[in-house]
Amino acid sequence: MESTPLLELRSITKDFFGNQVLTDVSFSLDKGQILGLVGENGAGKTTLMKILFGMGVIHDTGGYGGKILFDGKEVSFQSPFDALGAGIGMVHQEFSLIPGFSAIENILLNRESTRYNPLVEVFDDRMRTLDRDLMKTRALEAIELLGVKLDADMLVNEMPVGHKQFTEIARELERKNIKLLVLDEPTAVLTESEADVLIEAVGNLAKRGISVIFISHRLHEIISLCDKVVVLRDGQIVEEKKTTDTSVEEIAEAMVGRSLEGYEPIARSEKLDEEPVLVVDHLWVDMPGETVRDVSFDVKPGEIFGIGGLAGQGKLGIPNGIMGLYKAGGRVRFEGQDVPLNDPSGVLMSGMSFVSEDRRGVGLLLEEPLDWNIAFTTMQTQNRYIKPLLGGLIKWRDDKAIAELAQEYIESLQIRCTGTQQNAVELSGGNQQKVCLAKAFAVKPKLLFVSEPTRGIDVGAKKLVLDTIRRYNRENGITVIMVSSELEELRSLCDRIAIIDEGRISGIKPATEKSTEFGLLMLGYGNRTSSEGK
Amino acid sequence: MSMESIKKFIQKVGWPRIIIGIFLFSLFIAAPFVKVRVSTSISDTLIRFGMNGVMVLAMVPMVQSGCGLNFGLPLGIISGLLGAVLTIELGATGFPAFLLAMAITTPFAILFGFGYGNLLNRVKGNEMVIATYVGFSSVAFMCMMWLLMPLKSPTMVWGYSGEGLRTTISTEGFYLHVLNDFLAVRIGEKFFVPTGMIIFLVLMCLLIWFFFHTKTGTAMTAVGSNPDFARAAGISVDKMRVISVIMSTWLGGIGILVYQQSFGFIQLYMGPFYMAFPAVAAILIGGASVHRATIYNVLIGTFLFQGILTMTPSVMNSIINTDMSEVIRIIVSNGMILYALTRVSHAGSRG
Repeated sequence: MESTPLLELRSITKDFFGNQVLTDVSFSLDKGQILGLVGENGAGKTTLMKILFGMGVIHDTGGYGGKILFDGKEVSFQSPFDALGAGIGMVHQEFSLIPGFSAIENILLNRESTRYNPLVEVFDDRMRTLDRDLMKTRALEAIELLGVKLDADMLVNEMPVGHKQFTEIARELERKNIKLLVLDEPTAVLTESEADVLIEAVGNLAKRGISVIFISHRLHEIISLCDKVVVLRDGQIVEEKKTTDTSVEEIAEAMVGRSLEGYEPIARSEKLDEEPVLVVDHLWVDMPGETVRDVSFDVKPGEIFGIGGLAGQGKLGIPNGIMGLYKAGGRVRFEGQDVPLNDPSGVLMSGMSFVSEDRRGVGLLLEEPLDWNIAFTTMQTQNRYIKPLLGGLIKWRDDKAIAELAQEYIESLQIRCTGTQQNAVELSGGNQQKVCLAKAFAVKPKLLFVSEPTRGIDVGAKKLVLDTIRRYNRENGITVIMVSSELEELRSLCDRIAIIDEGRISGIKPATEKSTEFGLLMLGYGNRTSSEGK
Repeated sequence: MSMESIKKFIQKVGWPRIIIGIFLFSLFIAAPFVKVRVSTSISDTLIRFGMNGVMVLAMVPMVQSGCGLNFGLPLGIISGLLGAVLTIELGATGFPAFLLAMAITTPFAILFGFGYGNLLNRVKGNEMVIATYVGFSSVAFMCMMWLLMPLKSPTMVWGYSGEGLRTTISTEGFYLHVLNDFLAVRIGEKFFVPTGMIIFLVLMCLLIWFFFHTKTGTAMTAVGSNPDFARAAGISVDKMRVISVIMSTWLGGIGILVYQQSFGFIQLYMGPFYMAFPAVAAILIGGASVHRATIYNVLIGTFLFQGILTMTPSVMNSIINTDMSEVIRIIVSNGMILYALTRVSHAGSRG
């Protein structure tokens, strides 16, 4: 008898109020197979998984078209509980663990092993006591199935990020009937070594007959782990291949639908002025988790200056501190003038602008239209897009000029939206980032801080964002200070790169230096320029 | 009309407004059958709409700046009461008296609003709870002050002792109906449109609408929408919030003056105590949330809420022969507040 695939999707279609997000999506997945699902943000991956999982939002918006066959039977899950019952587990990008509980307790949450005691007779089964020994055995079985080292008694809030991820997966594995596991960007928050362990663990699961849908932006993971890869673009499958028959380049090309040229550093033709435009002297910033202790550097006019380093070492604190968002001290001079610290409006008025790493928290007015998002800072700090009434006594908002400005940026940055009045919350990550850039460019800054500009956005949007930054630097002469965790991104765009370690600069080198040099600096092997004895 | 467009309409207008609108409409339809005059009912509804509109409008600035619903409305009302009693003490009459009361209210409202705003800045996240206590405790404090104030006007003080203010003071001879009667339309004996009062409400709404189209108004909306964004754009979040609280307090003060000139009495002591709840309920019925309120919400909400308050005693009581008006008022106003607050926690849990 021929084997039926575990999961088969047939011509899945879905629209949100007339906006087609999935068109004729069909693929199948065999038992024990790992399927890599890739696509730009907004390509429809999340929607597809929501359909599979029976999320309420799908039914609230009119259901979907097409058929889902699971284990040979047609299914249409009405709620995630039905999906769980059928043997589908899902691990989301964000952790849903209880911080104060141990790994065991989290893994077995609501499925605990219990013991009888006399109170049950009076108060029902809820009074049964926990059988901790059996729970531990069960949790350890799940962890062993995953094949990783994980201290089962450790509290979740004391765990490294990787272990939290393992706990989440173990929780899904503990269900005895699990047949299909969906992992939504499980490696996005992990360090490289943690990611390697996770990938190996996922491979083990497949060997034990559990099928996996693996969603990731890291294409080399897809190649090394998955049996086949499905590439979504604008809600359609553009490529479905065995991973042995394809390559990272081919997948990336299929994702963005245009050939992705290598992002090579472009050497400057002109020589930069030696007189620095920004001088940072013994800066400290009290930003939780990103403390800056003592940083001094200078930036030349027209330069793209990179700031890199591992997470939590303080690189993010530098722009946030200078822009007045966190308490800072030391001295910052811009164009020969002292910049007021701890004063966001003073810094903006001196000609600096900031694209925050916290796009949704700080960067955008999510519930307001795009034109407000783009024009607001300019309007408030420079009194542009204002019509003075009664001889300047009243500053009337010029809605027409604001909409025109927004339209201009929507076109020049290719922001995909329905118009200037669309709310920012409705855009995809990459387009939101472009709105943040437009907001920063609109103030016509002389110096621009860009913090993690490509975090959480897809390959195509990444290139557009980096191109835009370079274009504004070259054509408008804006000096750029770019903070990023992605070293290659810094190396491809910047002139010089400073690496931050433990709140101090461990070295500043030209971007042409080898990656290994920067790697050593990140690990703290450099000569600290501004720390005396450590 | 297709199913789709009906759905869209319902989504746009919102179930609460549709249900209450249908209820109110059916009360108007039922009125003639139980011998309640429709013309009187419409007049009464319009008068109560005008009387309460400005106090409902007093919710808007604070909601827009992220301070939540103005449960501290009694504080604003107290500034209006101070304006009212001082005007009477000075002996002004007619329309100038009303203007004078507004003028005297203003500095008190700014002072109270400034203190109230700074207090709310210290309790971010719990504004509405604290605001409720501010309202209640300020009323209690003023209960003492009304007794102790050295005012002498014989229309206001207790007759037997000659000192301390009375609980209710008539505005007759001072500014009774100065707005109601301005350009008033009378048809027959029973139908009356308080044109001046409606015009005044519209002017106040325009003033607020206008404010939210200025630079400062835009900044205030941004502060309410995302304070971190506003701060990164160089806006002083605390300052904007204080300005919004001052505006709300001032509107509360002006609102009670409009109320008094129509109602005919200044109610001191416990008078302002429960004034916040009907105003809060009205704007919520109008479709406002704890994070967003518009002039449209004010007008629709005040009309529906006051319409129900006007129609239920006359119509419902005639139908079922018991006094249900108070029960319905309490169910509608508190039910609406509960409904809106549960919607908040729902939105919050989604992140």
